[in-house]
Amino acid sequence: MAFIQFLKPKNALEEGGRTAAPIQQDAGEPEKTCPNCHKPIPLSRLWSSYLVCPCGYHFRMNARQRITMIADKGSFLELFAGIVSDNPLQFPGYTEKLETVQNISGEAEAVVCGTAEIGGRKCCLFVMDPGFMMGSMGSAVGEKITALFEYAMQKRLPVVGFTVSGGARMQEGLLSLMQMAKTSAAVKRHSDAGLLYIAVFTDPATGGVTASFAMEADILLAEPGATIGFAGARVIEQTTKKALPKEFQKAEFVLQHGFVDTLAPRSTQKQLLTRLLNAH
Amino acid sequence: MNQIPYAVVKLARDSQRPTGLDYIQNIFADFIELHGDRRYADDPAIVGGLARLQDRYVTVIAMEKGHTAKQRSCRNFGAPHPEGYRKALRLMKQAEKFGRPVICFVDTSGASCGIGAEERGQGQAIAENLMELSTLCVPVISILIGEGGSGGALALAVADRVWMLSNAVYSVISPEGCASILWKDSKKAEEAAACLKLTAGDALRLGIIERILPETELGEKPFYDRIRRALAEELEALEKDPDLVPKRYDRFRRIGQVKERT
Repeated sequence: MAFIQFLKPKNALEEGGRTAAPIQQDAGEPEKTCPNCHKPIPLSRLWSSYLVCPCGYHFRMNARQRITMIADKGSFLELFAGIVSDNPLQFPGYTEKLETVQNISGEAEAVVCGTAEIGGRKCCLFVMDPGFMMGSMGSAVGEKITALFEYAMQKRLPVVGFTVSGGARMQEGLLSLMQMAKTSAAVKRHSDAGLLYIAVFTDPATGGVTASFAMEADILLAEPGATIGFAGARVIEQTTKKALPKEFQKAEFVLQHGFVDTLAPRSTQKQLLTRLLNAH
Repeated sequence: MNQIPYAVVKLARDSQRPTGLDYIQNIFADFIELHGDRRYADDPAIVGGLARLQDRYVTVIAMEKGHTAKQRSCRNFGAPHPEGYRKALRLMKQAEKFGRPVICFVDTSGASCGIGAEERGQGQAIAENLMELSTLCVPVISILIGEGGSGGALALAVADRVWMLSNAVYSVISPEGCASILWKDSKKAEEAAACLKLTAGDALRLGIIERILPETELGEKPFYDRIRRALAEELEALEKDPDLVPKRYDRFRRIGQVKERT
């Protein structure tokens, strides 16, 4: 039930941790302070380590950065790029918000879909973008994910997906909610055709996306430290009036409770995905 | 105008409205309750079992809020835990095995929000129901009788026919939650309720439901008799349909409104 959405400034690195400090310019080279170890890291170093701090903290990453990291060079071909959100309920402020987010993020919607090769293996790939209304799912995201699974089924391709989402997009009301059922049905058809689906949870994965296509993969990987859950931690604290355990809803906690297969640090993701794809 | 949808929200939440068990007891005969998810526990927020609808046996599954303070607390105010959704799925699979139709009554403010629910995979439980219901090979009819709160409601509403009582609501988020996130002010719930388009009339216009059931004589014999007849008629038609599963896919496949940008 976390439907949190907010805007972030344009710089991709600014999409990092919720408590990330602004980039410091005083040391000559631009730096960013890690919200986990509180040490400054030169931006150049952060870039060369897939936006992972030496302490292991995974900064948030936008969709295009991930595609560059995961897909074999030059192999990504985008699909369904023209599908964008409307404002079906005439929800106040939504049209303006979409325009602003599109301008800031450079993306048309909160998910980028296409085909790619990973370690030489062809697959369908979807990558959600935390910079686009925190990866929330409205009609356009639902339509693109559904269309991708249908395409993958037709072409008999595996699907690899990176999820990041605050949940359903409340500005599209019931139409957003129904995307949970629509995407799940498409995943089921793809699955019943004997095809592989691997999902990678990245921070955060909550609400209606966790409770639909994100959790329905054959193999579930999670980036270390990612928040994975249904209800948001703040809502749970307010409802139960109880302090939450420190590691509550973190990838490690979710692994312990049996809801993901393994942790996949960014530096090992491509290799692990390649091995998994090759095993099928 | 903004007042009206929120007034419906209040009606939908009224503790004196008939609850899931009232529908089960008044519409069906020979109800035999079947407990437990066979994994961890029995969730009292979801009641399920076998029952007779006129001349056929059905599997009936209902969210139950309770009426009195004690009942409501025992039923967790109709907010199911993962075990509730897993029990529902177990009973649906059982219905499929024996060729029985499934009738669901939906009434929840949302799936239970708490530490235990998260530890035991609330998101996974809902996701699995959405996936499995999409290909269940027997007719499924879901009726929203009060609150249809988000994914927690949808987990019992991936159906061939979805109906709503005229004062039920169905929404992606509570008006209070929406107002608090968007406008940092939960007191703007009335405004949010109007924006969210959560009434039965809205849901029908958006193509989310097939039928609105009037609340004339709510909770009295003629009211339940009407629903019983409507269910029996609809099942008759659905049972003859050889394309039930593909049609259910298409039912959800077409929902959504997008633009094409070149």
